[in-house]
Amino acid sequence: MQEKHFQAKIDAENKVEPKDWMPDDYRKHLIRQMSQHAHSEVIGMQPEGNWITRAPSLRAKMILIAKVQDEAGHGLYLYSATETLGISREELVKQLHDEKAKYSSIFNYPTLSWADMGAIGWLVDGAAIVNQVSLQRTSYGPYSRAMIKICKEESFHQRQGYEIMAEMAKGTPEQREMAQDALNRFWWPSIMMFGPQDSDSPRSGNAIKWKIKRQTNDELRQSFIDKTVEQAEIIGLKIPDPNLKWNEDKGHYDFGEMDWDEFWNVVNGNGPCNKQRLAHHKKAHDEGEWVRNAAKAYAKKQESEAN
Amino acid sequence: MAENATVWEVFIQSKNGLAHKHAGNIHANDKVMALENARELYTRRNEGSCIWVVKSEYIISSETEDSEAFFDPSNDKMYRHPTFYTMPDGAKHI
Repeated sequence: MQEKHFQAKIDAENKVEPKDWMPDDYRKHLIRQMSQHAHSEVIGMQPEGNWITRAPSLRAKMILIAKVQDEAGHGLYLYSATETLGISREELVKQLHDEKAKYSSIFNYPTLSWADMGAIGWLVDGAAIVNQVSLQRTSYGPYSRAMIKICKEESFHQRQGYEIMAEMAKGTPEQREMAQDALNRFWWPSIMMFGPQDSDSPRSGNAIKWKIKRQTNDELRQSFIDKTVEQAEIIGLKIPDPNLKWNEDKGHYDFGEMDWDEFWNVVNGNGPCNKQRLAHHKKAHDEGEWVRNAAKAYAKKQESEAN
Repeated sequence: MAENATVWEVFIQSKNGLAHKHAGNIHANDKVMALENARELYTRRNEGSCIWVVKSEYIISSETEDSEAFFDPSNDKMYRHPTFYTMPDGAKHI
């Protein structure tokens, strides 16, 4: 009965709010998806943070710092939204550390050159935007509101990345080569960010029925590819897929086979940087403990002095 | 291990003279930290001219599930709206 009422509300495009009744599996699915999203924002600071001290100009450095700070902010919006489902931030971080919660596999690839800052902004943030624009219409109110806020800030991220790629593509032969190399390495992992193909995505059914997800993995991936091909052409870079071809009948690009063995290998912890990313997060968290304790002690002292 | 920090709700006035609007929440141990964290998180692009923070535990909310009954008393009082009234033809500035 409650479940029927719930589904009717979803079907009528009404948002679900924290105190409303919801099926256990709806809550579980949201906690899993939203916390993975939050962890991705936070872990995503590492590959870019890697280049802050080596940014090629003061302008580039200020932009990169602002972008990394935005990612921290997006992580916090999403943790806040996830907490409304009755799980604490401490538990969420613990699940990440215990490897019970995942983050996007894309951040397990290393950032080898400055051009990777371009590729990440253009492709990784570009893919994230396609996903997040769709999620603005998700059925859970706090998640939807977090997405709206994030999307407003995210387009600067993609544009700054594309600008880096465009600049390097018309730079010296070495710079051009770096840009093409970054595109070669990040293209396939970026289009795999949308997750397994629909035929292989067991959780999609409920997520679509409950309108947590508004479009399937394959639909989102296609939309990203369709947008991105022309952007690559404009700056004279070549997408590393010999099967990429405009399909007049479908009105979409056809593209080659993705390497799902590699995808699952990285998801399951064996990517180039999985261990490093998690170890760094734990270290920062542990080393920050005295700060959290000091802040708490200070608050307590102030309170006792006020009384 | 430090215990959970307090959760604070954040309200931002976007421009002098306008009402403060709920923006979201943040974690902080005391009020100064709450204001500073709110500034860092919610006003990175000049979104505000003033911030209020209030501990989330002090917010009292009506139940959305009961909203129909809760707001019922105002549903049948159309005479509270200006459009309820018939004005004579030609009457102006009213």
